[in-house]
Amino acid sequence: MFYSPVRTNAAEVAQSEKLHLFRFVEDPEQVKIDIYETHGGYKAWKKALTSMKPAEIIDEIKKSGLRGRGGAGFPAGMKWSFIPKDSPKPRYLICNADESEPGTCKDRVLMERDPHAVIEGMAIAAFAIGCHRMFIYIRGEFNHSIDRMQAAVKEAYEKGHLGKNVYGSGYDLDMVVHSGGGAYICGEETALLNSLEGERGMSRIRPPFPAIEGLYACPTIVNNVETLASVPHVINHGADWYKTLGTEKSPGSKIFSLSGHVKQPGNYEVELGFNLKKLIYDPAYGGGIRGDKKVKGVIPGGSSTPFLTADMLDVSLDYESLAEAGSMLGSGAVIVFHEDTCIVWVILKLIHFYRHESCGKCTPCREGTGWLEQIIRRIEQGKGKPGDVELIEDVCGNILGRTICPLGDAAVMPIQSAIKNWRDEWQYHIDNKKCLVKTGFEFK
Amino acid sequence: MILNDNSKARIRERVGLYPRHKSAILPALTIAYHQVGHLNDEVYKEIAKIIKVPYVEVAEAATFYTMFPKEPVGKYLIQVCHNISCALLGADSLVEYLEQKLDIKKGETTKDNLFTLVTVECLGSCATAPMMQINQDYYENLTREKVDRILEELRVKG
Repeated sequence: MFYSPVRTNAAEVAQSEKLHLFRFVEDPEQVKIDIYETHGGYKAWKKALTSMKPAEIIDEIKKSGLRGRGGAGFPAGMKWSFIPKDSPKPRYLICNADESEPGTCKDRVLMERDPHAVIEGMAIAAFAIGCHRMFIYIRGEFNHSIDRMQAAVKEAYEKGHLGKNVYGSGYDLDMVVHSGGGAYICGEETALLNSLEGERGMSRIRPPFPAIEGLYACPTIVNNVETLASVPHVINHGADWYKTLGTEKSPGSKIFSLSGHVKQPGNYEVELGFNLKKLIYDPAYGGGIRGDKKVKGVIPGGSSTPFLTADMLDVSLDYESLAEAGSMLGSGAVIVFHEDTCIVWVILKLIHFYRHESCGKCTPCREGTGWLEQIIRRIEQGKGKPGDVELIEDVCGNILGRTICPLGDAAVMPIQSAIKNWRDEWQYHIDNKKCLVKTGFEFK
Repeated sequence: MILNDNSKARIRERVGLYPRHKSAILPALTIAYHQVGHLNDEVYKEIAKIIKVPYVEVAEAATFYTMFPKEPVGKYLIQVCHNISCALLGADSLVEYLEQKLDIKKGETTKDNLFTLVTVECLGSCATAPMMQINQDYYENLTREKVDRILEELRVKG
């Protein structure tokens, strides 16, 4: 039995020649190292370590076009190549498993159901950048993921995939499973570094970028769980194979966490460029909207990304198409809400989150998110004042682009998008002191 | 002394894994939280002594992370996610239902000291909403029937 009952499309993935991340996630035995090896596990790590040079690995990942799956979408191979070649300092690889962007619940499945894939991807990345001690930073509430990763690391040491002189290559590699403090901000890489150093999880000013001065001021690469879990497949099958998946500019496959008012929420691995409407309505995925209601809006890439309205659903889920539609692929967390949902209520839920998670370092974000919550709460409670929408826009304008890390932008972008798309509804809420549509969702 | 020998040994073991001792602060706080149920100054002092860092550095880090309760809570800490994905599937009504079942308001502890009810930010269980965390465990895809059963089981366990 699985710890999390979350729905996946593993059966479809197993039939597919190309999809790979979810191939074994419905197999309860996959967490055991023997089974992982039977399924071809650790072959890529052995191949990389014993037959490839670090520069070749980086080139292969660059060529594959694999981009960061945590939200920013930065090309992974290029990131690795920023590590200075001549630095005498130790280098560190950190797997970012501080999954906490509302809507996002994909890394947890990988850690809980295929932990060795994460370790294998990390090991390859570590070798590519010359790291001998790698860390996985897992959010503190994921107790089960932490246990699973710790058990898998122990097995990997026992089988000689980690430790001294791995595969007789002379290369030493250690791995530490680190439990974090459950703060969203620690998913931002510089805040994560501070947190891992035992500090408060506040962002650092860049430059210097982590690749130059990261953990303990040493060259450091931080990659998302899904990004790293994709690496062994690129190494096993080659960059050219990887590029046969997805679109030309967004190669590969991606896990989408589908949540909200769909009939079948779940984690679905599909090729990048997959149609959003299909993800929501196809019986193999979302299966349509609860109560067969109409879609009102979709947040396509986690709570920090701008909304898509009902007329925009025929869009490809890839980095370029979503940018063209005015939003972002982000972490691939698709949150769907139907026609009976008040947009002011949605935004109140979101801004409350960002106010709580703001680390407090930059004034515009610390103060601004607090003001925004107050104003939006009073509108939602029927106490809005004339000019409140304009006031919200003004506060948003004073946060956007004025903070060290992207949390401030993340708080603002959905609000600006909600006002742009549903301005009349905001005004109705203020003028009539109530929702245009009645929100009030009962659990079963 | 608050921390037991097992917790202390586990914290010491963590220290050895990092190039700098200070990195062991968060894992140490987690170990202490799981044993004690909340954190306070005494715990910070004990951790500081084991890790060999100043007390203030432990307290400074601990107070940043709201995951660790800083006041005593009931034996079972019920944390309901109230963010957007859970809210769309009725997290607010889940909180009301729990308030009614436990006869307390959000933020309060039952008289028998068994349950504390709070709401928290996204726990990364969005496709199995609504959900709650009780101590170290997640309870997902919640229905009224499931909540009744979970509370009953915990009451019997005491």
